[in-house]
Amino acid sequence: MRLPCPLCGERDRREFYYQGHATMLDRPARDAGIDAWDDYLHNRDNIAGEVEDLWHHEAGCGAWIKVTRNTVTHEVSGAKLVNGARK
Amino acid sequence: MVKLIANTPCGDLLPRAIGTVSLDEVIVDQITFVAPFNGQQKAVSDALKAAIGIGFPAPNRCIGTGPRAMWCGMGQALVMGASCPDLAAQCVDQSDAWAIVKVHGVDAAAVLARLTPLDLRASEFKRGHTARTLIGHMTGGITRSGAQSFEVMVMRSMAATLVHELTQAAENMHGRETSLR
Ligand SMILES: [Zn+2]
Repeated sequence: MRLPCPLCGERDRREFYYQGHATMLDRPARDAGIDAWDDYLHNRDNIAGEVEDLWHHEAGCGAWIKVTRNTVTHEVSGAKLVNGARK
Repeated sequence: MVKLIANTPCGDLLPRAIGTVSLDEVIVDQITFVAPFNGQQKAVSDALKAAIGIGFPAPNRCIGTGPRAMWCGMGQALVMGASCPDLAAQCVDQSDAWAIVKVHGVDAAAVLARLTPLDLRASEFKRGHTARTLIGHMTGGITRSGAQSFEVMVMRSMAATLVHELTQAAENMHGRETSLR
């Protein structure tokens, strides 16, 4: 599997660390309540189709990237830098 | 005063020649890690250009022939072979921190291909291209310095491992070629 790092171009999967679903970027407010935090921390849909994952280009440029990937076809259709996404 | 003997990172492990490939240590007396502060990359680039004649490198590029500026990660570069001017950046002296080995020869790319997942074909990885990547189990940098030459660098503490890995890969490559003859 190869992932398209926006900075480095297509690179081998071995250079990346997999974090999980991109939902980790949408951190609830401190006082959002126990259900919102439970969802954020523990509950994930097991999607057959297009998913957004967070990967760290650990052995490369060091960027966190959001990768769009299809769990049915294994197609990787894009990646964006996470850097500054919430500013 | 006591005069200390300076040892290079690879010391007497290099040079070596295995088959068509030679391994030589590259000594760079001054290396400064430069990470521009937020929004300061242009200012840093201009200041570098004024001081040493080369700007801040684009991702995956190494520029300059005398003093060099080598990209080494997101928003990071190494200024090599020149003293670093005052910059709007986090600057860390990393002289003596890197082990750099020049891998040269007809089979240089084939030897490195045994150690890194990077696409080293000349059409993809050209002279002046650099990459942060894996070298065996280590993270490090690979830069193409010529048609059959690469510079491979890891932190100094891993110098012996780097020489070991490169030697092993070159020996395997050479053994394969001689047994096929
Ligand atoms: Zn990258």
